Amino acid sequence: MDIQPIISALRRHKAGTILIVLQIALTLAIVCNALSIIKSNIERMARPTGIVEQNLLTVMNSWVGSTDGDVLAPLIRTDLETLRSLPGVEDATVMNSFPLRGGGWSTGVRLDNTKDHWLFTAGMYASDDHALATLGVHLVAGRNFRPEEIVDGSDFNTLVMPPVAIVTKAMADRLFPDGSALGKTVYLNTGKNAPPTTIIGIVDRLHVAWSSSFADTWAQDSVIVPARLTNRYSDYLIRTRPGMLDRMAKEAPAALVKAHRERVFPPHFGVRTFAQVRQDAYRTDRGMAVIMGVVSLALLLITGAGIVGLTSFWVGQRRAQIGVRRALGATRRDILMYFLTENFLITLAGVGIGIALCGVLNIWMAVNFEVSHVPLAYIGAGIVLLLALGQAATLNPAMRATRVSPVEATRPG
Amino acid sequence: MGGRPLFSYYFKLGLRSLSRHRILTALMVLTIGFGVASSMVTYAVYRATARNPIPWKSSQLFVAQVDNWGPNNNETPPGEPAEQLSYIDAMALQRAHWAPRQTALYPLGISVIPDEANRQPEGVNSYAVYADAFAMFDIPFLYGGSWTANDDDGHAAVAVINRDLNDRLFHGENSVGREVNLEGHLYRVVGVIDTWDPQPLFFDVVNTTGFTQPVEVFIPFTHAIDERLTTSGNTNCVKDPGQGWEPWLRSECVWITFWAELPTPAAVTAYRDRLNGYAAEQQRAGRFRWSPNVRLHDVPDWLDYRKVVPQGAKVSLVVSVSFLGVCLVNTIGLLLAKFMRRAREIGVRRALGASRREIYAQFLIEAATVGLTGGMLGLLLTAIGMQGIGMVFSEQIARLAYLDPALMGLTLAVSVVAALLASLYPTWRAAQVQPAWQLKSN
Repeated sequence: MDIQPIISALRRHKAGTILIVLQIALTLAIVCNALSIIKSNIERMARPTGIVEQNLLTVMNSWVGSTDGDVLAPLIRTDLETLRSLPGVEDATVMNSFPLRGGGWSTGVRLDNTKDHWLFTAGMYASDDHALATLGVHLVAGRNFRPEEIVDGSDFNTLVMPPVAIVTKAMADRLFPDGSALGKTVYLNTGKNAPPTTIIGIVDRLHVAWSSSFADTWAQDSVIVPARLTNRYSDYLIRTRPGMLDRMAKEAPAALVKAHRERVFPPHFGVRTFAQVRQDAYRTDRGMAVIMGVVSLALLLITGAGIVGLTSFWVGQRRAQIGVRRALGATRRDILMYFLTENFLITLAGVGIGIALCGVLNIWMAVNFEVSHVPLAYIGAGIVLLLALGQAATLNPAMRATRVSPVEATRPG
Repeated sequence: MGGRPLFSYYFKLGLRSLSRHRILTALMVLTIGFGVASSMVTYAVYRATARNPIPWKSSQLFVAQVDNWGPNNNETPPGEPAEQLSYIDAMALQRAHWAPRQTALYPLGISVIPDEANRQPEGVNSYAVYADAFAMFDIPFLYGGSWTANDDDGHAAVAVINRDLNDRLFHGENSVGREVNLEGHLYRVVGVIDTWDPQPLFFDVVNTTGFTQPVEVFIPFTHAIDERLTTSGNTNCVKDPGQGWEPWLRSECVWITFWAELPTPAAVTAYRDRLNGYAAEQQRAGRFRWSPNVRLHDVPDWLDYRKVVPQGAKVSLVVSVSFLGVCLVNTIGLLLAKFMRRAREIGVRRALGASRREIYAQFLIEAATVGLTGGMLGLLLTAIGMQGIGMVFSEQIARLAYLDPALMGLTLAVSVVAALLASLYPTWRAAQVQPAWQLKSN
């Protein structure tokens, strides 16, 4: 098809052409950025926690009255015995935090305690020998903690770092890329006199306590140390028997209160199933993905409607010319191809500008809002989507144009 | 022809024209409605999270930061001091008393133990502060008032509770002089705060996102330290503080926020100089092995520095406003098509003596009618959209975003202005239609 007549026709409809080009460009810029946000949010949500999330209950406990470790340690032991003896409970453990909880401990990791600088930051869990079974985390090398290795630690800042630890495979590989982490020494505390910790076990996965983009680069770098917390706040994780989750969500806290009254479960997050934990953790990510999806869809619909509107207008305006062309022997197919090609050229111009706009918007958002960069494939997908949309939107008005009878050439416009 | 009848005539013409091109009109109304509604819902969230919680005083309240870790630490961004202070520095500033009012503060995770033996203890949102805090933060009292500087010095077991807790514990009666059991210790109530819920909770945006439940209990900082009450917020250490409470207080771990009220720019300058002087003194004493690095942020700076407005609120606002932009471009195109279809009608009106001005008036009013209708739809969609905020943002933020008369007015105004802006070019084109040519071609 000769595009020369199309371009000269468009020159006579500058305003409309510019408007559609602009609209397509803006749509592409927004849609590819929105898709990129959706993608990174979905990726974050799809990140495995490494734990078996079904039949898992979390209880955030804070003690009232004494904060003395010597007083709390026996209370916590009693709590664990109480929980483990409930008929609906398979296993239970006490932790400082748990995956996706939001808020926990992070620590600098070093291989050389004479150096001040950390190699990287890792999420740290303190728990006992029941942690792996309760969470449903798989050991891929080494062994679990032994009961005698569990120390009573008060809180993060006063915890004497235990001599053994279990790390995730991701963290082990980061420290020892040759895969030789088992049995090696790391330093999980600050300062020159930090005590050494030996890696005795490696688990395949365990997500850190934070679910936000802040932890994107180290989400699987976790370490568990064998310490039973004896400070005011600690979390109980409870693995229930299948089908007992809802019952245990009521009975487990009640059993704890019966064992010792002077405690508080925070009103909103005190007792949650892990499904609720996940939902709370990713509410904003999911919501943003939905918003971006809806906005993208609305944009495409509106842009499509705009193309239909202007093309219909042009078809109306050019009925006489179409009649003349038909009278001079142009087939219906020629007329259809004319409008489709016209739209293709306009859309092409629009996506050309749109690619540049998309880049500018993305850089601006990346700088200001920590939005990740748009993958090239998404720009490609956006281009294909808009070209298809343009053709689809043109189809109906263009079909109407093909029905213009050659007789119209003789009628006044 | 007077202005008023003419206006109503054009308005009627507008309505008639709107009902004639139904699909085109519906498209425009939908476009404006959706564009405006999405912008308004996201703006409501942004407005709620970006607002200044204490506008009358925000430029007089300052957070002090003193770099006690030095430039080569792993915790802070390069060159920035830690966001909180160590106990050593917080106490030095508190004792120095360089501002007319100041307070060190930290969040407590304490619980109230009810008198009735069958009731469970309940956790309360609580802070350890100095007496100045109440006057500094303009905290209103329902009964009684703040404790005194003497109570601070005497490490007194006194408490200020909020109205809500007073209702729960004392059935709303004046509880001043009565006792409240916190963590098994009795505290004398000296004041009951009237409803007070600044959002964001500006004085502690380090340990909270800024959007939390109201503070229910304040107790003296000095007493909290005596009771060895740990912070329920963040602690950061770059060195192992060692075991026990005393080493903890002597450590370089940071966990305290320090606020000073500095009423004049001169006071701010003087305070900054003294802070620098303090840091220089610490350097001379060998505690800091780096030159003074201090900061003073007022409330708006501090909220900005701490990025209190959620990223999601900003991103969705940017995307929504861009979406509105596309809607505008789309409306220009649709209006152009709509107006130019009526070139013949314009030609007739022009030939019958209508001036360009009158054509402008007619089409602008028609566009405004479209805008107003779009605005009505936008208002409806905004109201629906507000219900969905809780699905994206936390409950604490969702409760702050609401559709008030100001936002309703803004929705309608933005719709009409958007439609008018979109109609400028199409109207100009319509006014260019030549009367003679159009008549001839008929």
